[in-house]
Amino acid sequence: MVNLKKDSLIIANKKFYSRLIVGTGKYKSMSECAKAIKLSGAEIVTVAVRRVNISNKNKPLLMDYIDPKKITYLPNTAGCFNSKEALRTLRLAREIGGWKLVKLEVLGDKKNLFPDMIETLKSTEVLAKEGFKVMVYCNDDPLMAKRLENSGADAIMPLAAPIGSGLGIQNKINIQIIRKQTKLPLIIDAGLGQASDATIAMELGCDGVLVNTAIAKAKKPFEMALAFKNAVIAGRQSYKSGRIDKILMGNPSSPSKGII
Amino acid sequence: MKNIKKIKIKINGKIKSINQDSTLSEVLKNIKIPLNKVAIELNEEIIDKKKINKIKLNKNDKIEIVHFIGGG
Repeated sequence: MVNLKKDSLIIANKKFYSRLIVGTGKYKSMSECAKAIKLSGAEIVTVAVRRVNISNKNKPLLMDYIDPKKITYLPNTAGCFNSKEALRTLRLAREIGGWKLVKLEVLGDKKNLFPDMIETLKSTEVLAKEGFKVMVYCNDDPLMAKRLENSGADAIMPLAAPIGSGLGIQNKINIQIIRKQTKLPLIIDAGLGQASDATIAMELGCDGVLVNTAIAKAKKPFEMALAFKNAVIAGRQSYKSGRIDKILMGNPSSPSKGII
Repeated sequence: MKNIKKIKIKINGKIKSINQDSTLSEVLKNIKIPLNKVAIELNEEIIDKKKINKIKLNKNDKIEIVHFIGGG
């Protein structure tokens, strides 16, 4: 049996035992978000950097619900459409509490939310030089993934499908090619719709998945958080167990010898 | 009583009137910002939170105060 305790995910020299990273956006409330995270077993959560509401100080703070000492905050650059904005955001994120592990996401189109890979690549180089540990949201393009790796990325995070689309993995072959070429943590980020999508990602050899909308917007977010947790474990076990070869014709499971 | 001159600055996009010669620290204290949970920019430059009591604010200064919120 695969010993999942020993099967850790190492990102930028830090060990994690959960391979499910969850986003903290789109929940009905902070307490719903916190409970879903707990049920998902996630050890890393993505967070956004935004202006403090100075006119309403009674608004609940994320840090009051999710303790950054217990759960690793992964600040993201969601909503940034060029390198300048992304760098500004992550430098501020680092200032909040010394966060160096960050998620870079530079979007290129407001409708399909595909990443602008030229700006992403530029930002990765700068961030790596400034000592950030950069997990990079990217297209499922093996060549770009390679260039990100060469630019100092700490994890490659290709999309399964557009952000929030729930379409699941569209380009399995590309993901497998990226898996073959990189030793960096490979994490599917964006586009998953249901738990089985996470299992497929893990069976393709990915090191983890990042899920937000599929859990937060499910009719029952708590149950879906649990479903994703189990799906990631199942997929990882399946991948590590070595699947059988595919054959075209049938192959009976019971011996043909001794048939009466 | 001596009249204290006021100056206008912008905090998170909103115009605020403050006493001339206020320090950044005083202004942040006034609007009750939990310093350990935020990052601060003054005119697009990140400010070391340890130095805010030494920074005097000037007319038209732009302050940005950010924190973490839910996001994917």
